[in-house]
Amino acid sequence: MKIRADRDVCIGAGNCVLAAENVFDQDDDAIVVVLQETPEGADAEAARNAVGSCPSGALSIEGT
Amino acid sequence: MAAAISLPLHMQRDRYDPPSRMAELREQPGLERVTTPLGLHAWLATRYEDVREVLGDATRFSSAGMPALPGSDDDQRAGNLLTLDPPDHTRLRRMLTGEFTVRRIRRLQPRIEQIVDEHLDAMERAGSPADLVEAFALPIPSLVICELLGVPYADRGEFHRRAAIQLDLTRPLAERGAVAAESRAYMGTLVDRASADPGEDMLGMLVREHGAEFSRAELVGVASLLLIAGHETTANMLALGTLALLEHPEQAAAVRADPTATAPAVEELMRYLSVVHSGVPRRVTRDTEVAGTALAEGDFVVVSLPAADRDRALVEDPERLDVGRAAAPHVAFGHGVHHCLGAPLARMEMATAFPALLRRFPSLAVAGDPEFRSAAVVYGLRHLPVSW
Repeated sequence: MKIRADRDVCIGAGNCVLAAENVFDQDDDAIVVVLQETPEGADAEAARNAVGSCPSGALSIEGT
Repeated sequence: MAAAISLPLHMQRDRYDPPSRMAELREQPGLERVTTPLGLHAWLATRYEDVREVLGDATRFSSAGMPALPGSDDDQRAGNLLTLDPPDHTRLRRMLTGEFTVRRIRRLQPRIEQIVDEHLDAMERAGSPADLVEAFALPIPSLVICELLGVPYADRGEFHRRAAIQLDLTRPLAERGAVAAESRAYMGTLVDRASADPGEDMLGMLVREHGAEFSRAELVGVASLLLIAGHETTANMLALGTLALLEHPEQAAAVRADPTATAPAVEELMRYLSVVHSGVPRRVTRDTEVAGTALAEGDFVVVSLPAADRDRALVEDPERLDVGRAAAPHVAFGHGVHHCLGAPLARMEMATAFPALLRRFPSLAVAGDPEFRSAAVVYGLRHLPVSW
């Protein structure tokens, strides 16, 4: 799987950081920063939850 | 005096639950018709997917289309993030998001723990029984948002009163409007004070870093919204959430015993209680369709957040409170560009307050009839008598 984040769409809610702290961070303006583009194992599962809980639709997953 | 009003379907509750009619509506095709307390005829979305579709598309569903209230002028509406669309909304929200990152909010944790402990100490000193709303649920988020914004906590009596009236749907519109103007006038004096001598709090940051870019009315509007949203919502979650835990003692026991149970328990309480009924009605910007129902440009759509969060499409056995379930992507904080800005703060306050309360008073119990508050923008409790 590969994580895609659209920083122009992101609204800085921070749901992704709470769901998958190893995969996502926020910059000083709260906008998403992807720490791992291709997470594996438990991080991949957490990343999937993070994408599902993103309110702005900024996050997506390519592949499985 | 408050007049009795007949509440529209999306604002009705039976203790923790949305009306059973919501379950029927989720099973039926299309959207239902509903009339809001202001007499607006609107479509009602109840399914999780439909609610996310409406809230997730600010282009088709505008938050800025509500008719202006009598007596409100541009200054009264300026800076209200709730009723703006992108790009105006984006521009205002972006000056605040940095204050609410997960990292910034974690830095507040020690202070929040201290505030919670001080209120527990005061409850212990005063002795059983107590009104949990007055002693715990309301003052904690109130003090937190005051410190964060730079609002004198000594003024709480007045702003609690004003907030309660502004959100009370049984009050005449003229009274709510007048009180909203009072709130703005009060915040205006704080913004002016901060402009003269900006402190390290959020008001200081706003005037220092954004004073040139935004009008005074916009800064006042944003700060007024933060103050009201910062205490009313979390206060009602703390009160109603405590009641729900006390009425499900095995779940209270889990939260009391296991620190790792806290984060998913907070999400489940948010889902199960969804204290904000619906948020701002959305105006349809062009002819479109939701769930097979044709919507015309100019129509309004209201979403039911509690109905969406009780949808089987979100979780199994949705009518059951189960703090042990994995955190679900509920819509209690909203969805789309208007998703709650203060969500990380609210989560931190709840994750600190619930377990601390349950651990301090292991014998905590409901000691009388809780007084539910239905006819308000934020659902919750007016009083919760407890003993220990």
